[in-house]
Amino acid sequence: MNKTIKIKKMNKIVVFMSFLLVALLVTSSCATDDNQTVATFTELVWQDEFDTEGTVNPENWTHEIGTGTNGWGNNELEYYTDRSENATVQNGLLVISAKNEEFNGSSYTSARIITKGKFEQTHGRFEARIKLPSGQGIWPAFWLLGDDSNGSEVWPQIGEIDIMENVGDEPTKIFGTVHGPGYSGGESIGKPYELQNDRFDTGFHVFGIEWGQNYINYYVDDVLYNQITPDDVTGEWVFNDGPFYIILNVAVGGSYPGSPNASTVFPQNMLVDYVRVYKNSNN
Amino acid sequence: MKNLKFIYTKNTLFLALIFIVTVSCERDLSDEVEFATLGNTAEVFTDSPIGLGSDFYFPFLGSKLTAWTVDDNEGYESQSSMRIDVPNANDPEGNYAGAIFRVDGAGRDLTGYDALTFWAKASQGVNIGELGFGQDFLENKYQVTIQNTSFGTNWTKYIIPIPDPSKLFDERGMFWYSAGTQETGGFGYAFWIDDLKFEKLGTIGIPRPKIYEGGDVNSQGFLDTSGVVETPSVTFNLPSGVDQTVTAASSYFDWTSSEPSIVAVRDFGEFEMISIGTSVITASLAGEQATGSLSVEVLGEFNFAPTPTQDPADVISIFSDAYTNVPVDFYNGFWEPYQTTLSADFVIGGDNILSYTDFNFVGNQFANPTVDATNISNLHVDMFIPNELPSLFDFLISVVDFGADGVDGGGDDTRQQIFVTASDVEAGTWISFDFPITLANRDHLGLIIYENINFATLSNFYLDNIYFY
Repeated sequence: MNKTIKIKKMNKIVVFMSFLLVALLVTSSCATDDNQTVATFTELVWQDEFDTEGTVNPENWTHEIGTGTNGWGNNELEYYTDRSENATVQNGLLVISAKNEEFNGSSYTSARIITKGKFEQTHGRFEARIKLPSGQGIWPAFWLLGDDSNGSEVWPQIGEIDIMENVGDEPTKIFGTVHGPGYSGGESIGKPYELQNDRFDTGFHVFGIEWGQNYINYYVDDVLYNQITPDDVTGEWVFNDGPFYIILNVAVGGSYPGSPNASTVFPQNMLVDYVRVYKNSNN
Repeated sequence: MKNLKFIYTKNTLFLALIFIVTVSCERDLSDEVEFATLGNTAEVFTDSPIGLGSDFYFPFLGSKLTAWTVDDNEGYESQSSMRIDVPNANDPEGNYAGAIFRVDGAGRDLTGYDALTFWAKASQGVNIGELGFGQDFLENKYQVTIQNTSFGTNWTKYIIPIPDPSKLFDERGMFWYSAGTQETGGFGYAFWIDDLKFEKLGTIGIPRPKIYEGGDVNSQGFLDTSGVVETPSVTFNLPSGVDQTVTAASSYFDWTSSEPSIVAVRDFGEFEMISIGTSVITASLAGEQATGSLSVEVLGEFNFAPTPTQDPADVISIFSDAYTNVPVDFYNGFWEPYQTTLSADFVIGGDNILSYTDFNFVGNQFANPTVDATNISNLHVDMFIPNELPSLFDFLISVVDFGADGVDGGGDDTRQQIFVTASDVEAGTWISFDFPITLANRDHLGLIIYENINFATLSNFYLDNIYFY
């Protein structure tokens, strides 16, 4: 018995090593696209590794509570709370739990945390390592919103960069999108990214952007899958000025994913290993 | 664990065989040689059967043996596929189609895959009754089934997830199907399957296992007897976002008894009741805890009815393990609409026991042929009333002679009524009745009826050793 298992392990190592070699060759032979702006955001300026057990660190995050206006503008069905049942830090992970329970007139609860007023930045590399929830009607997101200057500017003028959005009935696909004046909601600009031979609710994946003057590069793990520039948007480019803050949330229902159904399993957890923000070390 | 070891032992023997054969060749084995494990061929059928050997198709009993063919005019992105013609319900050669595809030879190592997939279409929209793998007509140890799968008239890909691939290191049951005409008014149809193969998709969600439909079920049993858990199920989210539930053999699961000294769980989901008390059985699949549980209350030793002592030559037996029974039509005819009595018959230590629940009345019929009891003088019945005697007990046993016409009714039937009252019985112990038979005509006995009378409330009792002597 032991013998068989050992042999198998050796095979695996050999296969894995040869895979690395192939990957290396492919990477080194990959020339940079002429039109692509290469960014080197290497200086870590902000992070939450979620290493302190218990409540979400209030120095980094604020809970948004309630149902917003019209379900946060999307007819969402959840009530966001600041209870530990909906957001907590456990085993080195932020856990945002969407639950099916009656609460203040809503049938679902969840959490939405933001860095507004605590950490905001223009440009940089924003990335998070996340294991997504899944199921019909579940809508997790890792995204940025432009600061509204105490309400003097409104969406979509403030700009929105969705680094990762997913609808839970498409467990292999995420979307990376920007919203701005003239290209918001249904007219937003973005692209889906679909995993091959894997899915987003069975393991952790890195979702990130490299965001600089006149470009936003989108990547998942080690795959750069899209670049958005002023040429791509059908309105004013609002991503070169004004700082943006980070949002992590799991919505339930709403115009985009539709409502949960009998097949949706609750609770659904989004697990976040870290959120890290870098800036260009040359700046 | 026990089983794993056993199977590995077999593998070792197999490897040893290769070793011997190889050594007999001219070349010696080098030190770097790696012993071969079982083959891991993924394909079962592409344009033809792949690696199944020559004798791989085994139809189910009663199915049409010629239902399966290779169709060289239809295929998914090819010219060939498997065609299954489900026969009409009145086809004398078999009223349904069903078979297993078993590797003729050594099993395959399927541990590197996570699903059996195939493309299929049908001659009309229809739900195919059962499809799966892991059925080998041996132990069916790792059988998996999907039920009522909707086939349309154009090629569609189907996915049957493997509950725990690590178990399938030596599997011969590559595929099986069973399809009838229940939904098509008894009329046959055809369906085609192509590119049938095991795959490592990586896009199947985390298994959500369930036992007892996710409920917490209570049961009772007797000391030194055994039971078997119900076949569990596992729900997987497919890459399309749609859930697929499979029924999975209990061998895929790890079973746990909360009180192993009361109820011990064995392989195949069998459990033994080894001391008095209550234990809760739960299960997990590949580390995922299954929802649902089975609570087993072990009641104590089962009290067997006294072993009959009459000479078999003098006995006409209706129901007994001590004698050879005459042909019996039924022990519970379930006469609708008035009868409520259900049967929960059981076997303990090889002894069959009739158990009636929700009792109001019930009959044992033995009319094909009727019994000639001219030379006997008594009816023997052993009765056991579990729990407590009901507040109202009034019990009637009727022995019916069907008369010269030999059929129930017809104007020539006669019956003897035997009244049993509360003072004749006791709960929690076997009561042996020996009633003299006083029927004048007793050469066409065909029926014994048991009933509650005068609003009696007896609900559950056991019967054993019903015979004339």
